[in-house]
Amino acid sequence: MHIVVCIKQVPSSIAVKTDPATQALTCTGSDYLINPFDENALEAALVLKDSDKAKVTVLTIGAAQAADVLREALGRGADAAQFISDAAFDGSDAWATGKILAAAIQKLGDVNLVICGKQTFDGDTAQVGPSLAEFLGWPCVAFVRKIALEAGALKVERMYEEGFEKIALPLPAVLTVGKEINTPRMASLKGRMAAKKAQLAPITAAALGLAPETVGAQGARTRLAKMAPVPRKSGGIKVDGSDAAVAAKTVVDKLREMKLV
Amino acid sequence: MIDKSQCSGVWVFAEYRNGVIQDVTFELLAKGRELADKRGAKLAAVLFGQGLKDKAADLFANGADIVYYADAPALATFNGDAYTAQLTALVQQYKPEILLGGSTIAGRSFFPRVAVRVDTGLASDCTGLDVDAAGILQAVRPAYAGNVLATIVCPEHRPQMASVRAKAFKKGAPVAGRTGELIEVPAATGEVKTQILETVRDTGNVVNLADADIIVSGGRGIGGPDQFGFIQDLAAELKGAVGASRAAVDAGWISSVHQVGQTGKTVKPKLYIACGISGAIQHLAGMGASDFIIAINKDAAAPIFEIADIGIVGDLFAVVPALTQALKNR
Amino acid sequence: MGVQYGFSEQQTEIRNTMREFAKERVIPARAELDEKEEFPHALLQELGKMDMMGLYIPSELSGFGGGSFDFCIAIEELSRICIGVSVSYAANALGSYPILLFGTDAQLKKYMPPIAKGEKYCAFGLTEANAGSDAGGIQTTAVLKGDKYILNGTKQWITNGGEADTYTIIAMTDKNKGARGASAFIVEKGFKGFSFGKKEKKLGIRCSATRELVFQDCEVPKENILAREGMGFIVAMKTLDTSRPGIAAQGVGLAQGALDEAVTYARTRVQFDKPIIANQAIQHMLANMATKTEAARALTYAAARTIDAEEKDVSKISAMCKLFATDVAMEVTTDAVQILGGYGYMREYPVEKMMRDAKILQIYEGTNQIQRNVIGAALIKEYASMK
Repeated sequence: MHIVVCIKQVPSSIAVKTDPATQALTCTGSDYLINPFDENALEAALVLKDSDKAKVTVLTIGAAQAADVLREALGRGADAAQFISDAAFDGSDAWATGKILAAAIQKLGDVNLVICGKQTFDGDTAQVGPSLAEFLGWPCVAFVRKIALEAGALKVERMYEEGFEKIALPLPAVLTVGKEINTPRMASLKGRMAAKKAQLAPITAAALGLAPETVGAQGARTRLAKMAPVPRKSGGIKVDGSDAAVAAKTVVDKLREMKLV
Repeated sequence: MIDKSQCSGVWVFAEYRNGVIQDVTFELLAKGRELADKRGAKLAAVLFGQGLKDKAADLFANGADIVYYADAPALATFNGDAYTAQLTALVQQYKPEILLGGSTIAGRSFFPRVAVRVDTGLASDCTGLDVDAAGILQAVRPAYAGNVLATIVCPEHRPQMASVRAKAFKKGAPVAGRTGELIEVPAATGEVKTQILETVRDTGNVVNLADADIIVSGGRGIGGPDQFGFIQDLAAELKGAVGASRAAVDAGWISSVHQVGQTGKTVKPKLYIACGISGAIQHLAGMGASDFIIAINKDAAAPIFEIADIGIVGDLFAVVPALTQALKNR
Repeated sequence: MGVQYGFSEQQTEIRNTMREFAKERVIPARAELDEKEEFPHALLQELGKMDMMGLYIPSELSGFGGGSFDFCIAIEELSRICIGVSVSYAANALGSYPILLFGTDAQLKKYMPPIAKGEKYCAFGLTEANAGSDAGGIQTTAVLKGDKYILNGTKQWITNGGEADTYTIIAMTDKNKGARGASAFIVEKGFKGFSFGKKEKKLGIRCSATRELVFQDCEVPKENILAREGMGFIVAMKTLDTSRPGIAAQGVGLAQGALDEAVTYARTRVQFDKPIIANQAIQHMLANMATKTEAARALTYAAARTIDAEEKDVSKISAMCKLFATDVAMEVTTDAVQILGGYGYMREYPVEKMMRDAKILQIYEGTNQIQRNVIGAALIKEYASMK
């Protein structure tokens, strides 16, 4: 059993600045970490490793510093890491990202299961998992909250708005998971020490057999046409809450006036 | 890749779930009508299911000129494999210019797969749509943790796909008796590898925050699981749902199904009451689009007040029960 | 900004591992654990999986193979967030040291690996109702009968009591010889005649388990004696010499945690239109707190390094760091409550708990008065030998 977990390095905080000359917005991230749902995906794989002796490979696409998330994942118990890094990948949309990941997974050859976080913190598209399943030609169940391996096949619980479904599907397959599925473990001391020494040579577009014009900004099916600030509300009123009853009456009067209650 | 020059028409995927066509479908038909009129094109709805032919009337009444209907056992409820194959087959045959669907669990599960299969781009979880003179769909979506609104385009490939959040658009008034062309298409569900064993409706554990008109949320300021009772009381009085910030969920005070924000649910209720929530950007990303926001916080400098229509600076343990009482007295 | 203490790469990793654990797991849990007086079982289990429970245990016994300094770094980081959790963690080492220092190969192999992996907890039983500072007053007896020692008596206020599976117990094998009549034993939970008294209600460290250990004709296999008969007092003293820098590290971490809270609060609390940190009175308090904390840290690290250098007699430096760092912790936490004012006194903020927790550090593993006795005795001995 070989499980691949796709993880992404995301900023935990994002600062938005407007260029006074061009009015163009720039978003600068800081405090990078593993995308929260990818941590759940990794934990789901490690649980299967603990119970079914699976091998777990983590995979990321990114610039040099993105290797940090692979080391974190190795520290938590992943067996191997693939660091996919090439300037040709810059500007990839979800479509191109799915294509690159699928190429890397195909190159590994013996992969039975891919687990992804349901969406990323920064991009928020929730597309990459299902997209890469299509590139691989594998079945995919997204928004999974429980995974069990039974007789070489999967039984999963998929959430939907009013409940959940129990679904059976064969391997190989792609699943995406959210935070409902588990609580991610923290890296062990020995794991962290070993991960520091791991060699993470970048795997390029050429190594994956991908022509540069088919990935990155050139290969992307979608483009970012523009960015605008989120319109914020104005005209809000402040109410002194030191006398709770008076404050409550003010609010209820307003709500009645607005016909909200 | 589908030839761009042969594409026309605006399509809306009609999501049928729990015995009803979901509201987001009607919202999209209203917006889709606008886009189709701008393009001088037809508006079509796509409906999958079993024995749902009579539901086409609702789609016509809400603006559809055409309804494509596929009837098969594998399409009775959402199945990613079957829906992907069926929609792909339809798109390849009829070549729409624009294809819209709800940003629901189902929509977000299979729209990306259809996009790859027909080789086109998809803008996910959009909150705004327009089409320019050249027929390029301008899909607006929150990005970077809700910090900015990004406009996504798909200039070269067709159809231009977008999934759209519930309540991003308003439903139109249905026109009773309005009719259109019902095209029944053959089932083309391909090889279905995913087998649905059981569907469990579990609304006890599931809090459908996305559909709630009123949400009362608690955050770090609540201080503990027991104090969530104040929030529940107020929510019950307003017949609303209970939400929570990540801080409250991470502290273990309330289950994650209640979480509003970037790693939780995105909501757009008519009224959102934030109690003891400072307003981290990730929380604002999930509720900032609410119609009317009331914030209760003891810290006058809390960012939540920047987006609140009414900001109450005070002790939530005094203000929240007082609000509940005032509503009881009304 | 930081002071350079010459951490190795491994020590930096230990600090970061425990710092992240404390932030991610302990901060959200500490107030509730304290309120409910609930043993932090889940946290210790996770620390076991993270290799932290066996940090001070040799690698051939399934531990990480770290030294006293390594362990102090870990304790300091945990203590910065919660002393209740940190004492539950560190008491395993206190219970283990008698085995690590005096155990036979068979004893080491049998008892240490499960403790190193966090599968079992450990506790040390010395104190009794009438034998606190005066360990010579121990009344628990051990009488050899055939191939078993029969223990009778009651140990009091034993940290991890009831939660631990492995106990190292000091009992009198010969009452007539006073301190030289004490012996040390390994007692397992479940041994016939071994039971537990009630869980104590305490001022601070409320999530930690403190119980009586009751021995009523408790049967302990003969091979479970540590060292040999009459060595019990030596076992206890060497154990305490080794563990005291850990208590000092608790003091350093706690003081740092209180300083963190005080500075954060002082920067954001506005009174008379300015943050209160703009007042010299507050700045001077914070300066004293920071300086004492750093001095305590330097002394604690020096003691831990002395132990790691296998210096023969570490009693004095161990006592010094325990005395100094825990007195500093009491002062700094008290000042932190003062700086936070009314908020500091409320349970909504963590500093009142820190102040409650600090007091025990001046009391357990030898009161700070006893530490001064140890230091005094060492001075007398040291200067007498200089002649």
